[in-house]
Amino acid sequence: MSETKIIDARNTYCPGPLMELITYMKQADVGDTLELLSTDNGTADDVPEWINKVGHEMVSSEKIDEVWHIKVRKAK
Amino acid sequence: MRILVVGGGCGGTIVANNLARRLSGEIRARKAKITMLSASDRHMYQPGLLYVAFGQMMPDELYRDQASLLESCIEFHVDPVEQFMLDQNQVKTKSGKVYSYDILVIATGSRIMPRKIPGLEEGAETCYTEQGAVKMFKALREFQGGKVSIVVGVPHKCPIAPVEITFALHDYFTARGIRDKVQLKYNYPINRIHSIENVAKWAKPEFDRMGVEYETLFNVEEVDVENKIVKSMEGSEDKYDLLISIPEHHGMEVIEKNGLGQDGWIPTDRFQLTMEGHDNVYVLGDTTNLPVSKTGSAAHFEAEVVAENIASIVKIGTPVSEYDGKVYCFIEAGHDRATYAMFNYENPPDLKAANKSMHWFKMSYNKMYWTSVRGLL
Repeated sequence: MSETKIIDARNTYCPGPLMELITYMKQADVGDTLELLSTDNGTADDVPEWINKVGHEMVSSEKIDEVWHIKVRKAK
Repeated sequence: MRILVVGGGCGGTIVANNLARRLSGEIRARKAKITMLSASDRHMYQPGLLYVAFGQMMPDELYRDQASLLESCIEFHVDPVEQFMLDQNQVKTKSGKVYSYDILVIATGSRIMPRKIPGLEEGAETCYTEQGAVKMFKALREFQGGKVSIVVGVPHKCPIAPVEITFALHDYFTARGIRDKVQLKYNYPINRIHSIENVAKWAKPEFDRMGVEYETLFNVEEVDVENKIVKSMEGSEDKYDLLISIPEHHGMEVIEKNGLGQDGWIPTDRFQLTMEGHDNVYVLGDTTNLPVSKTGSAAHFEAEVVAENIASIVKIGTPVSEYDGKVYCFIEAGHDRATYAMFNYENPPDLKAANKSMHWFKMSYNKMYWTSVRGLL
């Protein structure tokens, strides 16, 4: 398995964390794990909603020191 | 000190002109030299393409000769870079010339990639090139009614464009007296109608008032040109009569070919604006991989920081400034009204109600840009 790619979307309002994740998900290979860093609380709901709808895989989601660390895996 | 600017767009031009003024004494004393390499002898005001697509500007209004925009002490060549040799502090151009530098600025911009989506190039109109904008206007002019669908690729230049185009479509068909025969459907990649939360909150009631339908979490996967259906990777389908696309963008091919960044986006320090691992290489504008808007505004504010830092390196040996993520975007809201979004890394945009004076300020800025890009505004 390839190493986790970190996407630093902290303190960003446009294009924003989910848009950043979509960008990097397109670049990734199936099976790759991406970790999104976000200071936007909405990200914790927005990302799982998109991941589930498009059919990728949520790995984990936790808030550490005011930063959300959301890990997802590209499934298709 | 040899400063080499690669790219003659908004960011590169502002950097070069700003530096030329800051370093005028050093340039006269032959202690500093600024060279620009560009792929074109013309400079386009890209935001004007939106007006071309609606018949409100002619393409020739968007251009100036690049050399006329530059301070006379800047050495300018139309000779695009083909090879970056960062370890040797050199680049090689299409003509075969090798340029050495002490400090390199990369501002090569971005390009649309509709071919990434099957069917999108032939099935959709777009206003992100001169040819595309003219073609889009002709398609709109011939359109007599039916469903117009708007789709948005990720990432894309000018994040405000999707809502601006939608407002403009409403106005255009209203002015032609056929708005009641046109169904407008807006499809957006994330789970609200704009990436900026405050823009989404502001635009939603505007869409409702205009009768614009919308679907969120819609990332285009394929266009069935024959049956006029656009399909999303989330599994939904949208049947259209006319498809308008804000296409996915990549950085320039030369960046990808030289292995400087995936999809042509160069990994960049968000404060120093230096290329990761190369302290003497600055990157700005669309070319960076930063999580900020790909707009001329971001390029402008980044250019001021880059110029200030390069000048201070020449004068005192160290950079003095950091980019704070500042972006200022006009938002054309239809009915000759506009507003703006201004934000940085720490402060979200606080959107004001759209008004006519802001629209006329934007119309004035369309002309003032040429002062701005000369580094005077």
